[in-house]
Amino acid sequence: MAVTPIERLGKDALQAKGFFGAYKWLILRRITQAVIIGLFIAGPIGGMWVLKGNLAGSWLFETVPMVEPFVFLQMLAAGMFGFLTTTVVGVAIVLAFYALIGGRAYCAWVCPVNVITDAAAWTRRKLGITQSAKISPQTRFWLLGAVLVVAALTGQLAYELVNPVSIVHRELIYGMGVAGGLVAAGIFLFDLLIARHGWCSHVCPMGAMYSLIGAVATVKVTSPNRVQCDDCMECFEVCPEPKILPPALKQGMRQGHPPVVDAMTCTRCGRCVDICSKDVFAFSLLTLGKAKRAEPGESVGKEEERGFKKAS
Amino acid sequence: MASGGNSRNMSRRRFLANLARTVGGVSLLALGIGIHARSAKAVPPEYIRPPGALDEEEFLSACIRCGICVRDCPYDILKLADLGSDNPATGTPYFIARTGPCEMCEDIPCVPNCPTNALDHSLKDITKAKMGLAVLIDQETCIAFLGLRCEVCYNVCPVRGKAITLEFQPNKRSGRHALFIPVVHSEHCTGCGLCERACILEREAIKVLPIRLAKGQLGQHYRLGWEEKARRGESLVNPDSPHEFNLPEGVKYDYETGRVYRVDEATDKVGKSTRGGRALPGGPGGSPAPGAEQMPGTSANPLDVLNRGLQEAK
Repeated sequence: MAVTPIERLGKDALQAKGFFGAYKWLILRRITQAVIIGLFIAGPIGGMWVLKGNLAGSWLFETVPMVEPFVFLQMLAAGMFGFLTTTVVGVAIVLAFYALIGGRAYCAWVCPVNVITDAAAWTRRKLGITQSAKISPQTRFWLLGAVLVVAALTGQLAYELVNPVSIVHRELIYGMGVAGGLVAAGIFLFDLLIARHGWCSHVCPMGAMYSLIGAVATVKVTSPNRVQCDDCMECFEVCPEPKILPPALKQGMRQGHPPVVDAMTCTRCGRCVDICSKDVFAFSLLTLGKAKRAEPGESVGKEEERGFKKAS
Repeated sequence: MASGGNSRNMSRRRFLANLARTVGGVSLLALGIGIHARSAKAVPPEYIRPPGALDEEEFLSACIRCGICVRDCPYDILKLADLGSDNPATGTPYFIARTGPCEMCEDIPCVPNCPTNALDHSLKDITKAKMGLAVLIDQETCIAFLGLRCEVCYNVCPVRGKAITLEFQPNKRSGRHALFIPVVHSEHCTGCGLCERACILEREAIKVLPIRLAKGQLGQHYRLGWEEKARRGESLVNPDSPHEFNLPEGVKYDYETGRVYRVDEATDKVGKSTRGGRALPGGPGGSPAPGAEQMPGTSANPLDVLNRGLQEAK
């Protein structure tokens, strides 16, 4: 009953928290995404070599190697074992980073395709497009498996021939032809017209792999203020993976359950944190695996509080 | 109970149907990718991989398309392939010799930062690189063949005097000039493409091609006699065993004297026993076998006899 109509989406947060409060994480993410691209381009343009290469493989300050685990996995599947210690070190560094902060932080904070799919979701809301093809969110995990099978059968990084994430990112950095633009447009239209959150939350096998990497992570979205939730549903509207929110909002009510968005598919985009005028959500640093944020007894009397909030 | 079982049945059925749909869709996608990958396996000939690149098949499983080699090339000749089936595999590095050949830096900066060894780090000497092979592909337009002095490809070659040499041939058209013909030697050519860029023609007569296109491959069973001889220090063929010419019956060639004899019918028996089936009359170091006499009017060159035909020999 308190569900916010789509036209008023985000207005409450804007009113309650001001512009920066209502878009804090979104702004930070866009800055991060831009800075990463910028650092890759700063070398060839300004001679400032912070990052050399691209997200598939790079050198940080020309000394620290970083190699994308997704391409490395394909390499192994393709039967290529002639790599270097550098390769393994590079993969380990990237793996450790994302395992710690949450694998899909890659999707929300680094991947350039995220900007495209966010734009598609925004346009979808503005145009009032509600129809969406039913694609199982498990598709990406199947596709991840299929990518490795194809690599094994063809003996090459076959998926990298068409991987939209690699293509868009590479063309941003190396500035090639129109292919990047076409692929970007394709992803945009797919998300806009065919399936809601279609690419990132259903199809992308890279996201699937980063989900697995971040299955146990220390940075997670929690709902310390869940008692304030007034069921406006705005977080569900903006979350790219809305199915992962209820545990933090509903099951968290039950005593002993940690009010944590615990699903490995959480992208740590922080849209739920921003959009909530009641500041129900927050980013929290958790000890590995054990996500115990709810103080015992906190759930007591919460139903009444909720009722009160809704009534007011 | 029954309805509960039914709904469970229904939901299971729906679950299986959805699963089948997902798996089916994913399989189709995978099939498409696989077919695309197979069709894109060979690099188009005008695209050349950077120095040290593994064999194409291995390269495609080792190169992660990061473009670090592109950044490290001081001459900015390397590009990453764009999407499309006419291009090399998406995102992989290449250069095009006619517009931007490899300058063959001595320290090969594009190689050591490759994070996966797709560009083989064991390549330390750029003259050992095998990016391709230059081929003087058109003798009808190459002005050296037309009788003009050019030698530009010979002069720009960084492995000068080894990868391309000049061979002098008589100009049969004029009858009194020489042709200075550039000849590429695959042993030394790195495929850098400097010759291709330098070729003065509108469209180059010398091109760097992938080794697979530029070179034939000798069957494994072939042995080069002179190489085997050099390796062993002596001929593998017994120098004493005489060569058997395909002579008409009753005519023999004497290995020592280099002469052709007619074997007399009457003494054939003797001849056979001394020949041991294969050897010629007399055997090595000996005089012609008894009973064999030199044919009158035969040349010292046995091939003359062969060329004249059997009639005359008889």
